[in-house]
Amino acid sequence: MGRSKGDLVVFIGKRLLQLIPVLLGVVLITFIFTHLAVPNPCAAWAGPKATPSVIKGCEQFYGLNKPLPVQFEDYIVGLVTGNWGIDPLTHTAVLPSILAAFPATLELVLAALFLMVVVGIPLGVVAAASSGRVADHLVRIFYLSGWSTPTYIAGAVLFIWASKEFGLSGGAFSTITSPVPTITHMSVVDAILAGSPSATADALEHLVLPATALAFINMGVATRMTRTSMLETLPLEFVKTARMKGLTEFWVLYKHALRNALITTTTVLGLTTGAMISGTVVIESIFTWPGVGLYAYDAITSYDFNGTIGVVIFFAVVVVVANLIADVLYGLLDPRVEWR
Amino acid sequence: MASATASAARAAAAGSVEEEPSGSGVRSSVVLFYRILRANILTLVGFVLVVVVSVTALLVVVVPPITHLILGHSLSILPYPPLDTNAFPYYQAPSLAHPFGTDQNGADVFSNVVAALPTDLGIGFFVAGVSLVLGGLLGLVAGFWDTPGTLSGAASVTIMRLTDIFLSFPTLVLALAITATLGRGEIESEIAILATWWPFYVRLTRGEVLSIKTQPYVIAARAAGVPESRILFRHVVRNLLEPLAVYFTMDVGTVIVTYSTISYIGVGVPASIPEWGNLMYGYQDLLLTAPWTVWSVTGAIFVTVLGFSLLGDGLRDILDPRSRRIVASPGRQSSKLEPSS
Repeated sequence: MGRSKGDLVVFIGKRLLQLIPVLLGVVLITFIFTHLAVPNPCAAWAGPKATPSVIKGCEQFYGLNKPLPVQFEDYIVGLVTGNWGIDPLTHTAVLPSILAAFPATLELVLAALFLMVVVGIPLGVVAAASSGRVADHLVRIFYLSGWSTPTYIAGAVLFIWASKEFGLSGGAFSTITSPVPTITHMSVVDAILAGSPSATADALEHLVLPATALAFINMGVATRMTRTSMLETLPLEFVKTARMKGLTEFWVLYKHALRNALITTTTVLGLTTGAMISGTVVIESIFTWPGVGLYAYDAITSYDFNGTIGVVIFFAVVVVVANLIADVLYGLLDPRVEWR
Repeated sequence: MASATASAARAAAAGSVEEEPSGSGVRSSVVLFYRILRANILTLVGFVLVVVVSVTALLVVVVPPITHLILGHSLSILPYPPLDTNAFPYYQAPSLAHPFGTDQNGADVFSNVVAALPTDLGIGFFVAGVSLVLGGLLGLVAGFWDTPGTLSGAASVTIMRLTDIFLSFPTLVLALAITATLGRGEIESEIAILATWWPFYVRLTRGEVLSIKTQPYVIAARAAGVPESRILFRHVVRNLLEPLAVYFTMDVGTVIVTYSTISYIGVGVPASIPEWGNLMYGYQDLLLTAPWTVWSVTGAIFVTVLGFSLLGDGLRDILDPRSRRIVASPGRQSSKLEPSS
């Protein structure tokens, strides 16, 4: 069958090797867009009224006055050695800032994924079980509504409403809560590790709304995939057999059909990472959530060249790795996939 | 000889696609479209929303020059000039004179929101349309001529590797980074979104081409000696149109959301141009004091994007051959979906 332990090593190793050309391509394309397509971004940033000396200074800072091959060499060497440049305003290094912020983003994305799974998948099952009837239409309206509401509106409305109703502040904790030691950079985990129930509750309070806003727009992905694959699974023989055995409808739907339908949903959820990360830039900037999305927002809106290039490459790497995980997970979950 | 191949191809085509027994191609597709709309109320709602929004956008653009030509002075379907500061008292709640109220600058919110419609809708159609053509062509090349070891095979591999790399970037983040590098402006943000948008069409088109290529009717046509160019245009391209049309319909809304997000973040369209993301950025702090401003912009985006999503989601049903047969044939199965008739 090709599903022994050795085959699994080959299966994962092959996919790791395939990462290398993709990552090289990501780096090259980022360089082309930021250096080649725009030979002198300094002129665009400084505006028409800037003095030549200001533009000169900016070029000097970013090394844009050097010949292109030298710039490319500097760029590659910097990336490989972990020197991703520094922010001209705060003089902090790019890569350490991104890495320190990443756990918070991961926490937010995982919370949103949890909501998508807990709410989205049962909705998909309900829609498939009542295909073409009222419940199906309602579910369809629900997930298309999520899709039609821009993340920034959902986020801004939720945040402004919650800050008035509950006095919710931005960030991962309230300022009045006594700070917990930063160990993992994930607010909820840190609060639990500190053994403080009040801090944990506070962290959860701050996590729920941004996670909801992030989950809402992507809810349709989980729901639609579950619905489609349930519709494909329900007419199959083993579902009929389960019905004939006299199992309850709940048991048939959730224990027999859904288990098989979930394989596709899991894979597709892994592939939504890109959309989720795009969402974090908007959501984190609205809720001032201390993650990479907020860092990206600050870098982009303050025209921090090094920071912008840094987050683009970092996020692309995250997406590539998430797709790899989804791919491997699919191979593990579906017994029909051979590990070659 | 020529007639023999033509009839063979026709027979092959008839075997897979349920064709209307009589009537011209255009008429039968109109009839099919009408049946699809009737079969599902939500699809019809989507269609109506898309038509209303598109006609309004067209009128906003077209009426002033035409009336200028005929009457000598321009009229507009907008009640007041957009973004006109200090024209009215501030923070007026919705009334007959101002259906969506006035904002913090004393401008009429209704005029602002409707004036932004042609910009946003135009960009939705433009970006999705260019991506459709560019990505569709690349996907067609990559899918149709993918024989390994040939020059075109190498081109196919190159296209797909490049597409994979572009698909690794989160769309919004790359688009934001490109606009931030290019500088603020309408054209700049369009270029930025386009640069991130086309790969989705390459992947979709190539997948469809690969599956169409192995269909029995294509194999039959090839066996009957139908020239490759004819197979490409009559069989492959024709069968691509439906899935691409569905994806394009849903995509117009997605482009609008992305584009307005870039403006909202503050690196897209300059604030002097009425655009929904810009308006929302200016209005968000009024949610508690003058909520009609926020809800007007939200409603406009929501209705527009939902219209395209509902229409596209409904059109998707025709992709499923089973539901297509039920919807398309006026015979005995039609009662399943049309209980009223």
